[in-house]
Amino acid sequence: MLDRVLTQPRAKCRKVTLPDRLAALLVWTVATLVAGMLLWIVLDLLRHGLPHLSIGFLLDAPRDAGRAGGIAPVLVATAMILIVSLAVAVPLGLATALLLSEYIRRGSRFAGFVRHALEVLAGVPSIVFGLFGNALFVRYFGMGYSVAAGGLTLACMVLPLFVRASEEALRSVPDDFRRAADALGLTRAAAIRSVLLPAALPGILVALVLSTGRALAEAAALLFTSGYVLRVPESLGDSGRTLAVHIYELAMNVPGGESQAYATGVVLLGALLLINLLTALLGRRYGAQVQGVRR
Amino acid sequence: MTTTEKAFRPWHVPASRPACCDVKRPALQAVGLGVRFSGRPVLADVSLDMHHGCITAIVGPSGCGKSTFLASLNRMLDFEEGAALTGDVRFHGESILGADLDAQSLRRRIGLIAQRPNPFPLSIRRNLAFPLREHGVRDRPEQERCIEESLRQVGLWSEVCDRLDQPALALSGGQQQRLCLARALALEPEVLLLDEPCSALDPLASGVVEDLIVDLRGRYTIVVVTHNLAQARRIADDMAVFWIEDGVGRIVETGSADELFTRPRDAVTRAYIAGARG
Repeated sequence: MLDRVLTQPRAKCRKVTLPDRLAALLVWTVATLVAGMLLWIVLDLLRHGLPHLSIGFLLDAPRDAGRAGGIAPVLVATAMILIVSLAVAVPLGLATALLLSEYIRRGSRFAGFVRHALEVLAGVPSIVFGLFGNALFVRYFGMGYSVAAGGLTLACMVLPLFVRASEEALRSVPDDFRRAADALGLTRAAAIRSVLLPAALPGILVALVLSTGRALAEAAALLFTSGYVLRVPESLGDSGRTLAVHIYELAMNVPGGESQAYATGVVLLGALLLINLLTALLGRRYGAQVQGVRR
Repeated sequence: MTTTEKAFRPWHVPASRPACCDVKRPALQAVGLGVRFSGRPVLADVSLDMHHGCITAIVGPSGCGKSTFLASLNRMLDFEEGAALTGDVRFHGESILGADLDAQSLRRRIGLIAQRPNPFPLSIRRNLAFPLREHGVRDRPEQERCIEESLRQVGLWSEVCDRLDQPALALSGGQQQRLCLARALALEPEVLLLDEPCSALDPLASGVVEDLIVDLRGRYTIVVVTHNLAQARRIADDMAVFWIEDGVGRIVETGSADELFTRPRDAVTRAYIAGARG
């Protein structure tokens, strides 16, 4: 008897009413619409972009203001700006995350202030970051429209994301390790160097990959800072055009550049997908490792 | 006796007191010690001498402040939010509560082993080498010698000597706990504080760790918190019974383990030992 009660399917225990069915239908419809919209965007991009995509497109210099040729200088500039922004954001972000997770109490006023500041920073529209970068780096520090100015502006932008994700990674390292290190009379610095950072490394890598994705997708903040010169930047002081800015320029300011814009869009989309895939892989490995630790 | 036999040894076998356990000489002393967390008293008026080379067992029901007491003996309470101490803790007659005391080197001399094994997520070798290096043992051969010696002391050498570079977290629970003990021993402490070292282990592993504690008697001053009276009776020289009165942990009786088990003076101790309370 008890068996029968326990194995009875749930649906039979409860009468399904018409409003239930309507609600289910509504939720399913909306979800399908959202997923469909995303699929539409991707398919549209692929349909217009793929025919123009080739190895040559990646390796050639652009001709005729980008209407023909490839995007080689754009790829180089994108890589340079990305490297500058990460080289600045990673040490600063890691130090902040360490401060928040290891050195000050979670409930302290300073921690609250820093966290609040990061949240506000994360909510600032990127065009505002662009204006700020333009005022500070381009004009005040006299960097001009350059890879350096663009990279630094991007660093400010990805900092909140990187700090938050790295802090989470550090916090997810079991407290047992900290207590063990304390009980052995080790300094917090030694514990961080030899135990906590290595244990949190996979999570920090995820933070790094997420930040790269964010930086890669940015156009507005770079228009006023790194500029849109379509040449290979010879130094950090030269202006350079990233993938996202290239798409904007081709679509808005170069008549007849749409197809090239689409092809560049496919390249950017591919890079972002690759980064997401990397995050998923690292995340899975990280999850497995934390389980291993808590075994 | 094999390990299995030892693990299931009847609990009434009395522990014999070796000559090296010198009752006259207290290594660690708690003097009228009280602990408050954010103003709320947790421990009050705890006075206890822990003798050089002896095993002192702290017993009592859950929540009576045994672990807090242990943590106050090597300044681990420094890390607890809002913890305040009154009274004194003396190590070889000198207070360890002073603000100018080097708490890190104190913790090297007074090691604490946690209830749950907590090896670092490093290799077996690095688990021992890293604290050694941080405490100034930088010479590689010297490190290797220390590592082997401590692993031998806890009986782990023969089990792991061919896989020192494998992750410590792949070891079994009992092996991990012995590794943690070896990690503390490598730093050549004088006192070992053990916070229910066997409670997270299965009976077999628990027996191995217990035998190990007995082996270390005489060489180290050992303070062990346990809620296992049978274990306390098997291993302890001295004993202190903690109890909660009005929500505050206090000592109700101290003395040699034999005495407390055979002729308890306090009614609470008598009931606790008889299994009627706690």
